[in-house]
Amino acid sequence: MAYSEKVIEHYTSPRNIGTLDKNKKNVGTGLVGAPECGDVMRLQIEVDEATHTITDAKFKTFGCGSAIASSSLATEWLKGKTIDDALTIDNMDIVEELSLPPVKIHCSVLAEDAIRTAINDYRVKNGLEALPLK
Amino acid sequence: MLKLPIYLDHNATTPCDPRVVEAMIPYFTNTFGNAASRNHAFGWQAEEAVDYAREQVAKLINADPKEIIFTSGATEADNLAIKGVFEMYREKGNHIITTKTEHKAVIDTCKHLEKMGAEITYLSVGEDGMINLAELEAAIKPTTILVSLMYANNEIGVIHPIKEISVIARKHGVLVFTDATQAVGKIPVDVQADGIDLMAFSAHKMYGPKGVGALYVRRKNPRVKVTSQMDGGGHERGMRSGTLNVPGIVGFGKACEICITDMDSDNKRIVALRDKLETTLLQMEETYLNGNKGHRLPQVSNISFKHVEGEGLLMGVKDIALSSGSACTSASLEPSYVLKALGLDDELAHSSLRFGLGRFTTEEEVDFAIDQVTTAVNKLREMSPLWEMFKEGIDLKSIDWQEH
Repeated sequence: MAYSEKVIEHYTSPRNIGTLDKNKKNVGTGLVGAPECGDVMRLQIEVDEATHTITDAKFKTFGCGSAIASSSLATEWLKGKTIDDALTIDNMDIVEELSLPPVKIHCSVLAEDAIRTAINDYRVKNGLEALPLK
Repeated sequence: MLKLPIYLDHNATTPCDPRVVEAMIPYFTNTFGNAASRNHAFGWQAEEAVDYAREQVAKLINADPKEIIFTSGATEADNLAIKGVFEMYREKGNHIITTKTEHKAVIDTCKHLEKMGAEITYLSVGEDGMINLAELEAAIKPTTILVSLMYANNEIGVIHPIKEISVIARKHGVLVFTDATQAVGKIPVDVQADGIDLMAFSAHKMYGPKGVGALYVRRKNPRVKVTSQMDGGGHERGMRSGTLNVPGIVGFGKACEICITDMDSDNKRIVALRDKLETTLLQMEETYLNGNKGHRLPQVSNISFKHVEGEGLLMGVKDIALSSGSACTSASLEPSYVLKALGLDDELAHSSLRFGLGRFTTEEEVDFAIDQVTTAVNKLREMSPLWEMFKEGIDLKSIDWQEH
């Protein structure tokens, strides 16, 4: 199976690999997937509490190239968005941007779940109610 | 000068040896006859070439040339052996014993026969990939007609003790079939000494051409018969109809001849390279060898790199052609059933790479592979949340994973 150029580019030069302090009140963490399924994503956002704007995003992913690229792309898209705007990121946007083939759509779903889980973590820490996962 | 990409997937297929190609060429153009044409020189020459190749093939496995049935490959030979025995010996019984780590060509053939009324026992293997001989013997019953056990495994290279297996089977009057696709040409295989009744193997795994293989069918002590699975002109003693692939068979014969002369020297060199690759890679933290280290083909090494996903790893070693047990590399989305049969958890099965060295692998290539794999594993571990948790001492089993 051939990878798209964008997947290869994100895999080769992933953006925003790293770890934020999950104990900080303005950091939201989303850990999704399972080792036995061959995909685990951890996506973290740091949020400006006054404006609810995402100021930083980091990820670490155990998975195939498409999973790594999906999470790398997600961190790029998250930065600068408010947590409400971030919720509008749809997995199909990721599929389109990275030209993922049908067998890799689950990687984009996982990235979307990671975004929502991270936002929920932040929301709950800051007294907001958790939103349902899609 | 190193030529990229490097091929380290010799258990999938091998390149044709140039000596094999050279032997084949005349049989495409000048000597193109149908080996079954009995009334002119074109046919006679083709038949002569096939006879000669049959001798070369038989010699490699210490068989009589008459016991070699040419097929299109090992998958066809597996089908012919198992289905052919089941049909031929149906009155004696319907029970077949095999293992969970067989190639799909055997497992799926057995599953097909289950629908036709066969009873199949799939023996488990230990964590080193070996079967328990006592379990094998205990599984034999009066209705057992066949034991089907691969000679060497295609994913981990583990070699089953076929000789001891055949002693047990013979004691109970049960036929022994072995899928020896990975073994023949790579290690000495002797159908007499090993007590094998039927054996499938293929040219393209031993530097011969694709599209040609053979089924060895024992002619005496006991005389074994299989029901043909292809109707037609009655070629190959009626067991496999179809015009013979003369150039392919000539190439197969030549490949066998080269294996006889070169096997020892090839293996000495290959095993040294394999051991260098394996020893160096296993020095990395949390890196594990899959399968029995001793009873193993000399040219394969299956290694799990914990907390790194196999397909992601393959992408990082793009200059090396390799296989992985990762689900993502197969259509089924399930990790390798062979590795799972060894009791590996899914994560480790997802993290495996199979290195298959060959006759033309050089030390320079192995050194390059060591470098590229080490770099890729380290890079991916740096971006693996599992590796970070492992380093922090978090037990991954304690986490409530959200499975998809």
